[in-house]
Amino acid sequence: MNFPILSSLILLPIIGALFLFFTKDKEGNNLTAKYVALFTTVVNFLISIYLWIAFDQYTSSFQFIEDRIWIEGFINYKVGIDGISILFVILTTFITPLCVISVNNSVKNRLRDFLIAILIMESFMIGVFCALDLVVFYLFFEAGLIPMFLIIGIWGGTRRVYSAFKFFLYTLLGSVLMLVAIISIYWITGTTDVVKLYEIGIDVKYQNLLWLAFFSSFAVKTPMWPVHTWLPDAHVEAPTAGSVLLAAILLKMAGYGFIRFSLGLFPVASETFTPLIYVLSVIAIIFTSLIALMQEDMKKLIAYSSVAHMGFVTLGIFTLQQQGIEGSIIQMVSHGLVSAALFLTVGVVYDRMHSRLISTYGGLVSVIPKYSILFMIFALASLGLPGTSGFIGEFLILMGAFKDNFLVAVIASLGVILGAAYMLWLYKRVVFGKLINEDLKKIVDLNRSEYFILSCLAAPILFYGFYPDPLINTIEVSVTDLINMHETSLARK
Amino acid sequence: MESLNLILPEIFISISIMFLLILGVFKKDSSKITVNLSLFAILITTIITINETFSVNRETLFNGSVVIDQMSSLMKIITLIGGFLVLVISSTYLKTFKIYNIEYPILILSSILGMMVMISSNDLIVFYMGLELQSLALYVLATYNRDQLKSSEAGLKYFVLSALSSGLLLYGCSLVYGFAGSTNFDIISNQLNSDQYFLTFGIVFILVGLAFKISAVPFHMWAPDVYEGSPTTVTLFFTIVPKIAALTVFIRFLYVPFLNLIDQWQMIIVFLSIASMIFGAVAAIGQTNIKRLIAYSSISHIGYTLAGLATATNEGIQSSIIYISIYVVMNLALFSCLLMLKRKDQYYENIDDLSGLSKNHPLLSLCLLLILFSLAGIPPLAGFFAKFYVFKAVLEQSMYFLAIIGLLSTVVAAFYYLRIIKIIYFDKEKDQYDTDHSLWLKFSLTVSTILILFYFVFPGVLIEVVSRINII
Repeated sequence: MNFPILSSLILLPIIGALFLFFTKDKEGNNLTAKYVALFTTVVNFLISIYLWIAFDQYTSSFQFIEDRIWIEGFINYKVGIDGISILFVILTTFITPLCVISVNNSVKNRLRDFLIAILIMESFMIGVFCALDLVVFYLFFEAGLIPMFLIIGIWGGTRRVYSAFKFFLYTLLGSVLMLVAIISIYWITGTTDVVKLYEIGIDVKYQNLLWLAFFSSFAVKTPMWPVHTWLPDAHVEAPTAGSVLLAAILLKMAGYGFIRFSLGLFPVASETFTPLIYVLSVIAIIFTSLIALMQEDMKKLIAYSSVAHMGFVTLGIFTLQQQGIEGSIIQMVSHGLVSAALFLTVGVVYDRMHSRLISTYGGLVSVIPKYSILFMIFALASLGLPGTSGFIGEFLILMGAFKDNFLVAVIASLGVILGAAYMLWLYKRVVFGKLINEDLKKIVDLNRSEYFILSCLAAPILFYGFYPDPLINTIEVSVTDLINMHETSLARK
Repeated sequence: MESLNLILPEIFISISIMFLLILGVFKKDSSKITVNLSLFAILITTIITINETFSVNRETLFNGSVVIDQMSSLMKIITLIGGFLVLVISSTYLKTFKIYNIEYPILILSSILGMMVMISSNDLIVFYMGLELQSLALYVLATYNRDQLKSSEAGLKYFVLSALSSGLLLYGCSLVYGFAGSTNFDIISNQLNSDQYFLTFGIVFILVGLAFKISAVPFHMWAPDVYEGSPTTVTLFFTIVPKIAALTVFIRFLYVPFLNLIDQWQMIIVFLSIASMIFGAVAAIGQTNIKRLIAYSSISHIGYTLAGLATATNEGIQSSIIYISIYVVMNLALFSCLLMLKRKDQYYENIDDLSGLSKNHPLLSLCLLLILFSLAGIPPLAGFFAKFYVFKAVLEQSMYFLAIIGLLSTVVAAFYYLRIIKIIYFDKEKDQYDTDHSLWLKFSLTVSTILILFYFVFPGVLIEVVSRINII
């Protein structure tokens, strides 16, 4: 076996966190801690880039597999990546350093502990995307609750306790059923190894219940309507870096889970429950877009827009078409970048004005033009303007949807218009208009680190908007294989 | 009488108790030396147990009334280690309340002796003797801080209720004897057949008595009051050590004499388990005193342990034993933290006293954080694996109802553990607590927290040890 590159990706942030743990905690701007965290995350990012280069796009089988006995005769510690998971791994390692840089202004106390939580979070998130054993996946999936709970609870806003509890309990409630399903799968098939399970397949008569158990967990995490209510609370109260991690990566765990487990393990049940997903997704798209229109709090608006965008993702996944699934994956990556960027842009003005209310702002374009331009890019990417990555995802999803179900596709397309409405209206109210609020005149434009972070996010959004080939090439073979596997197991039935 | 060496641990510990009593009579101010000698005695007993019995597969003594097998050796070792650690971290607490007397270690030793007899018992009479020996010692221990009203109340309550349950148990034993014609477990198991319906009464009575001892719902009423009133170190002893012995007896009872009657008792165990899990989780939410809260949380943990027993498989028994072992470590860690909440000779035991602990005591808070998340069963901490094994065994028998109820009640339970974490981490800080804790207290906290945190690295070790226990 070669160098365990995936394990080192998972372990490195934890080592960094341990290192931080033994450094002295200083009040205020703790530069040492920040440099340690930054160094760790950047190294992790570089490793993952190397991973992408070394990755073979022409095979659908899992690569960089590590397989170690963990509990004799029961669980193996098995990690590996294919074209789908590698994108999420890179997304994680790309977003985390930006989070670390962004803590400059938003986190005032216990900076070291905050960075430790972020690093541990990163390691768990990478673990989720690499795990090839159901139990290992569950471990990482659930373990992520602990740091996120603390991030919201300790460094959050005024209603942080409520939000942290809601986040934790909602997600835990969804997940315990998945645990039942995972153990049941073990007893039904005798293994929890995903690759083996792909080969053996699970008996059709069990699939529906198992699918529902997995669904209960992923639906909460996605979040799908009607169990999305934890998300706006969690987003609003979490500190900027927390919101970014939550929106950019945590939500993607569920979408990834849908593709890897729901589709892969229970093809028949996925087919059966497609109408359910369609209905919930369409409601999420239309309903939460309407809610987003009425929000007065910027973070809340973006949170609801996240729910709507994730509605597109679930819709795309369950079209069970090549385009739909590819679109969903690209939409997830793009949403990861865009929502992270949007939360950061809100964070920028929040740090200066300490208000997230839309009514506080207006006319920002005349005082902070650089900020306004970047904000515009992200707003347009969010509503899916051609030329941004958001467009590619939504377009592919709708294309898949039209192939599968015309009505659903039409309604979902309406959601695109609503998306444009709330995003543009938000932009108009915040950036354009008359500068009424006197305090706004003293607001300063982006400083160097903010400028750097936002440009880092804008670059891939625009790049992949014009040239999505690298993304599509990476996932193509894996998705085709998934679809083929799906078709064959349907045929077998 | 060559095989007498198999009960050498019990013999040694009895001799030590007598010796220490005599020493206490003749030597003034001997509390310190008694404690040290008791620790030494427990240590020696542990070594003897490991040496003499650990390799024994199954041997019976005294006409089959005492059994030495893998389970009894393992449970004895856990009991002894638990007793050792309780004794070793008690000193500061006892000194603060000026109850650092010779009786304390001796009572603990005698209750340990009782438990060891219980664990090895293969006969109703032997079992009952052991049970009474440990109970009598525990009654006194509960009232040990006799100048405090609450402690006396706790002891009295425990005594009255426990005597009642012992009565029920004895009645059950006599019924069983009446039908089977013997008190020996192996003989009972041969004599029984499932159409002796009256025998079921006997089983139910025995189960009630045992459920009382491990404080399973609906026989849990004594636990919160006794746990709250007793001195903290005694509460620690209550929450871990007697449960190990009672659980062993539970296993032996169900699986040796009454295995053929599984249809009769399985539903009872399932009910006890579900009721304990739900009630323990719900009732703990409103508590303000940490010891009361731990009482309820221990009730719900017992529920999970029973869930493993309800399966009637070796895997189920093994998972219960794994659960109780991990639970012992978690409780030990939790109480070590509780014993550190001391300011100028005053111990604090309300949840609000933890407020903002993380500001002044970051390390202690981190330990508490890990312990509480582990108790809540969040991966990758040890508590998760404990639940995981139990539910794995439960689901093997396709008992989905039990598994789903159990897992849903973990979510409820998570709420109150989170509440403590919230108070520690999110709330305003209070005054600093003392930091000059005894070395042993720090040691037990560190070791148990490390075990909890890094259990996931080598989960196989415990399974390896436990998998040698095959009762059925």
